[in-house]
Amino acid sequence: MEVTTKSMPYEAWKDNEYIEGLVEELRANGTNVLVGTLDKLINWGRSNSLWPLTFATSCCGIEFVSLGAARFDMARFGWEVARSSPRQADFMMVAGTIVNRMAPVFRRLYDQLAEPKYVIACGGCAISGGPFRKSYHVAKGIEDIVPVDVFVPGCPPCPEAMIYGIMQLSRKVKVERFFGGVNRQEKQKEFLADSPVAQKAEEIINGEQA
Amino acid sequence: MATIQENIAAKFPQATFEEADVLQINIPDAQLHDLAKTLRDEYGYDYLITIVGIDRVECLGAIYFLSNTKTNQEISIQVTTTDRQNPVITSIADLWSIATIYEREVYDFYGIIFLNNPDMRRLFLSIDWVGYPLRKDYDNGPDSNPVTLEAEPQSDDTHVYTRGEDGKIVCTEKPIFAKNDFVVNIGPQHPATHGVLRFRTAVDGETIKKIDVYMGYIHRGVEKLCENLQYMQTLHFMDRLDYFSAHNYHHGLCMCIERAAGIEVPRRAQVIRVLMDELSRIASHCLFFGTYCMDLGATTMLFYTLRVREQILDIMKKTCGARMTFNYDCIGGVMADLDPDFVKDVKALLATIPANIKEYNKIFTGNVIAEGRLEKMGIMTRQQAIDWSVTGPSGRASGWACDVRKTHPYSIYPEIQFDEIVMTEGDSMARFKARLLEMEQSAHIIEQLIDNIPEGDYLAKVPKVLKLPQGHWFQLVEGCRGVFGVYIESDGGTQPVRMKFVTPSLNLAAVVDEITSGNKIADLITIAGSLDYIVPDMDR
Amino acid sequence: MESTFDFSKITCWFNDLLLGWGLAPWLVTTIECILVGVGLLLLYALLALFYIYFERKVCAAFQCRLGPNRVGPFGLLQSFADMFKILIKELIHLNHIDRFLFALAPYLVIIASMMAFAVLPWGPGLQIIDFNIGIFFLIAVSSIGVLGILLAGWSSNNKFTLIGAMRSGAQMISYELSIGLSVITMVAFAGTMNVNEIVLAQDRCWFIFAGHVPAFIAFVIYLIAGTAETNRGPFDLPEAESELTAGYHTEYSGIHFGFFYLAEYLNLFIVGGVAALLFFGGWMPFHIPGWEGFNHVMNYIPGVVWFIGKAVVISFIIIWFKWTFPRLRIDQLLKLEWKYLLPINLFNLALMVVIILTGFYIH
Repeated sequence: MEVTTKSMPYEAWKDNEYIEGLVEELRANGTNVLVGTLDKLINWGRSNSLWPLTFATSCCGIEFVSLGAARFDMARFGWEVARSSPRQADFMMVAGTIVNRMAPVFRRLYDQLAEPKYVIACGGCAISGGPFRKSYHVAKGIEDIVPVDVFVPGCPPCPEAMIYGIMQLSRKVKVERFFGGVNRQEKQKEFLADSPVAQKAEEIINGEQA
Repeated sequence: MATIQENIAAKFPQATFEEADVLQINIPDAQLHDLAKTLRDEYGYDYLITIVGIDRVECLGAIYFLSNTKTNQEISIQVTTTDRQNPVITSIADLWSIATIYEREVYDFYGIIFLNNPDMRRLFLSIDWVGYPLRKDYDNGPDSNPVTLEAEPQSDDTHVYTRGEDGKIVCTEKPIFAKNDFVVNIGPQHPATHGVLRFRTAVDGETIKKIDVYMGYIHRGVEKLCENLQYMQTLHFMDRLDYFSAHNYHHGLCMCIERAAGIEVPRRAQVIRVLMDELSRIASHCLFFGTYCMDLGATTMLFYTLRVREQILDIMKKTCGARMTFNYDCIGGVMADLDPDFVKDVKALLATIPANIKEYNKIFTGNVIAEGRLEKMGIMTRQQAIDWSVTGPSGRASGWACDVRKTHPYSIYPEIQFDEIVMTEGDSMARFKARLLEMEQSAHIIEQLIDNIPEGDYLAKVPKVLKLPQGHWFQLVEGCRGVFGVYIESDGGTQPVRMKFVTPSLNLAAVVDEITSGNKIADLITIAGSLDYIVPDMDR
Repeated sequence: MESTFDFSKITCWFNDLLLGWGLAPWLVTTIECILVGVGLLLLYALLALFYIYFERKVCAAFQCRLGPNRVGPFGLLQSFADMFKILIKELIHLNHIDRFLFALAPYLVIIASMMAFAVLPWGPGLQIIDFNIGIFFLIAVSSIGVLGILLAGWSSNNKFTLIGAMRSGAQMISYELSIGLSVITMVAFAGTMNVNEIVLAQDRCWFIFAGHVPAFIAFVIYLIAGTAETNRGPFDLPEAESELTAGYHTEYSGIHFGFFYLAEYLNLFIVGGVAALLFFGGWMPFHIPGWEGFNHVMNYIPGVVWFIGKAVVISFIIIWFKWTFPRLRIDQLLKLEWKYLLPINLFNLALMVVIILTGFYIH
């Protein structure tokens, strides 16, 4: 099964192996015809209607504005309904540096997003800390804080790169399984096991609830 | 200058003088307040440009840069203290309102307590931050202040330090808001704050009573990073402070380093720099109109203004190779020569600008609703502007002629004909119009230069590893949002001992409370938007 | 008129058919109600999806963009994709809220706009209920929506939603007056509150032409107040993005948010539909007195097309407002209503009465 996209040849994509791996994983246990079709319908809806959260901390945010403007027009893909409330958004484009003071706020924003939620780390700062990596007040990449689906390198990435990144996310969404597949909450657990920072936060949250 | 020096020396016998590019007065802490008051009231040094905190290992201190708004002369005061455990300096917050914020910044970075400052909190870092990051002995290890996801501890109280009668320092707690205030948190994640700025807003119904500005959600510690980099390597941070005035900021830092190192910049490079500065000014103001109108609900305007911006970005992309973070100006000139199409493209751009400005006026400026919302809204008087050091188009809209291109002409600006836009109304509409008119002036500057770009080198010969002589330098340039200043202190090595960037956005955000209180919540967006601050610029 | 197809023939035939099968009258009514309900829901969903697409394309055109064009031909399936996604999006359960009211609010909003559908005359005989206080009913049910918005804002336990809801309350109650008065002006002109009769009275000439000056003033006021009623720009204060993040529905996710989103567009249609009904002859084709040939041709276009067409054109104007004007401030908004629209409206009503009494209108 090839994950096709309108007016973009399959060979033009990079990271096809990664998507194929996901497809393999999806196929591994076989699926019911009805459920499979429903899954496809749901994935079609989700992948074509990714609403971003208006979230930007620095330079990359301005390129995100350009992405919405007439020249690059992300509305073409159905991404233009940028929601200011995290409850209504589907993905978060982390455009800019996340610093120590912002990290808890950022994590809270992520927690406020409704499932299914995705994160795109956009630009050098979000990926690794970028030029500010050695600073005393900068998180060295957001991967310690939230699970990331797509990385878009650049400083800042040009809007074309952002479009490519969101399209890659859309491809990933297309091979998800809504019924009986890998549960996103399990993924969350895996992520927690890897990230000590998030682990600690989880403990605190659980502690508060108890 | 000499007379001032003599008079001051007569009045303050303990003062010593140091001739640098700006006359520096060293004074003990006890007389600081008197000296500052004398300079302000008797000699007209009414504009506090910045307070630079310093750590010279043997002492901590602060340098105050003052300017006279009539004669445009600068003077600086240096105060030092050898007590590293409990450093104390007297506050001048009662003389300049903006000093409250400046002193909080110094306290945040160096731990110097300012006596009598009404609001002695940290500015950028959280209250439980360990250590003072810009001190030379700060431990930047991974364990000292790790990234945490615990909610940041909050306090509704601020501290005021005063000297008691017995000479001991007394700390009193003071609440920020009144007891029964309804406090709404606007930000840090909010579409109207233009990034991650937080306004704690006490409201009475829809009316704003008080705003407490929280910064630091994008504080990246640029000044500290610069201390461990060579001069050439510090340049690229200028792209990432105010990303709209990337060229202007580059220009400022390059000029400061060039002046210190005695490098002569070829004329071609100077013309190119000025051209790029003015182009980015147009692009920046364009984006301002767009986002501002979007905040007010007129989304469509954004798409019209971004059209011009995209055109400018295209021109820059051809020459500089990037859309936003250009890193184009470098020490001794510019990084690369102009693209062959540059002149043609710029002329095409100039041809479209008058029509575009006409269109913006048609869509927005003449609109009844826009007039109703902007006029008489958030009035800032000239006195307030100077008191809060609000520069740039926002300051000029209040009648303060503070354009560095005119007051401290640099590069080739003295040869160019252009008007400084000064308005008297001081309301949001004036700030909006000032930018529109400035765009016309920038276009006018480009028109004069575009046919007269001299041939020649675009880059002077500069050693790969640059060493600056021992000393300190201060340079001002006009960014798109106001006065940008660079302070460099060198010990003769390849890396600066202290690099301080004076950014206009900090003042713009600081003044919000002053001019917004008493208006409606919706006006917070109108007023804050019209000041046009950039959050990474204020946080650095 | 004769050649316009009367839809009541079908409904009567269906009613007779069911009765002919020997079903009890109550059962027949129940079956019919269910069928109408299902039909209404379908129509509701389709219209809303169409409106979402329509608004995006219109706004794109104003902003020199293309708008959705990837999903389906010309992006036609875009709003379907949005719907599928929103249907299965997580409904977040919040702590420290009034759960019952929180869950009730979106349904109130959507029910209010659905009930307003009941009296809209879609075509000759194509109307769910036709009773003598149709217009009155319409105004009454459409104001239930504000209750939903107030509840949504209050029950979310969030300061932004509360401010949004309070603004919305103040705004809706004020502009309800203007809508009411401008509608009364037209009701006075028509002499009836029965929706169907109002449409039939416009057989020869639409009210906006027949009632000339006062009708036109009433239309302009209605359009302004209608924009305010639907919470759309320049009156979108309750959900002012740049001030209150997403206003009263900030805390809603998934399909509950979807309801608010749909209701906004449906209200747009209702405002357009009522304007079409009162001023532009409802489903009545465009007739020019005296031009029999032209009138005859116009009659061939079905009434449903006329009605939806008119409603869409009027809502296009409202969309146009949104993408052109900046937002008003709350005090300016209320000032506009109480200091300008209300006195003009009252004066206009008096003017209309004078015109009716003197017979100075187009017969």
